[in-house]
Amino acid sequence: MTTSASPDNTVISEELRSFIDLESDAVTYDIERHAVERFACAIGDPNPLYTNIEFAESSSHGSLIAPPTFFRSLLPGDYPQPYPEPFAHILDGGSKYRYNERVRVGDRITVVRKITDLFEKYGRMGTMLFKICEISYTNQEGRLVATQTTTTITYGTGEKDSGVGVH
Amino acid sequence: MFEDVSIGDELPELVKHPDNRQLVMYAGASQDFVAIHYDLNVAKEAGHPNVIIHGALKSAWLGELVTGWIGSEGRLLELDASYRAIDFPGDTATCIGKITDTRIQDDVGLVEIEIGLRNSEGAISTPGRALVSLPTVLRFSGLI
Repeated sequence: MTTSASPDNTVISEELRSFIDLESDAVTYDIERHAVERFACAIGDPNPLYTNIEFAESSSHGSLIAPPTFFRSLLPGDYPQPYPEPFAHILDGGSKYRYNERVRVGDRITVVRKITDLFEKYGRMGTMLFKICEISYTNQEGRLVATQTTTTITYGTGEKDSGVGVH
Repeated sequence: MFEDVSIGDELPELVKHPDNRQLVMYAGASQDFVAIHYDLNVAKEAGHPNVIIHGALKSAWLGELVTGWIGSEGRLLELDASYRAIDFPGDTATCIGKITDTRIQDDVGLVEIEIGLRNSEGAISTPGRALVSLPTVLRFSGLI
């Protein structure tokens, strides 16, 4: 059972709130064939659209494409100021992807992340901060190919987890 | 073909047998180096019996379930997954899907699928949904 935190003990400071709608520095990635192969191999997906050039070129896609969650490997850049994460531990709550088109090997994809909402809940781990981010992926022709909306939960004190704030 | 799909149809199950090696491979491929996914001491300090599977790796399996089913002529339009419970390497993870809606919109055959990852105890740790488009017979035949 969780309830909303009351305003007088919120961890969502004015400084934290100022990050809502702030865009991260744009980062552009070349989508390389071997990075796609390595990702497909890591997730264990044998689909030849990711690795077999002849198969992919003769398919309706016309070229090698990347798996639908390959975007996880295209890390967003930093915010203009350091994000003041109040907690030490991190949980990934989930992702929602929207695809306009698939990413192809050879594309150049520009990644921008922004926080769209921050709210907190009380649970068995104490206060938990929920951060909703929308990450946009735009190709070399300026078309928005996909978005990923993430829910990240942070909680607890102590030494910060490695990787807190990366994804 | 869109016309071959009916509400209530189930996708072929995709069974995964994740191990620590795959978690390390995924950490490297996705650059997710949160230590709870590869350092047993960190996982135990957090109260877990083992390292835990990246939520995003579970999303990747659900993506494989759906894209494998639609084939190279279908298109994945939406993929959602919620990491409600933790899964561990060594356990069997079964990805399942069921058609919940079919409709034609602007000459495109759309199929809504309820998806999820089922652990070996039969619980759905990772519910989700997907929306795909499939070629219709008329379009595929060049009639429209």
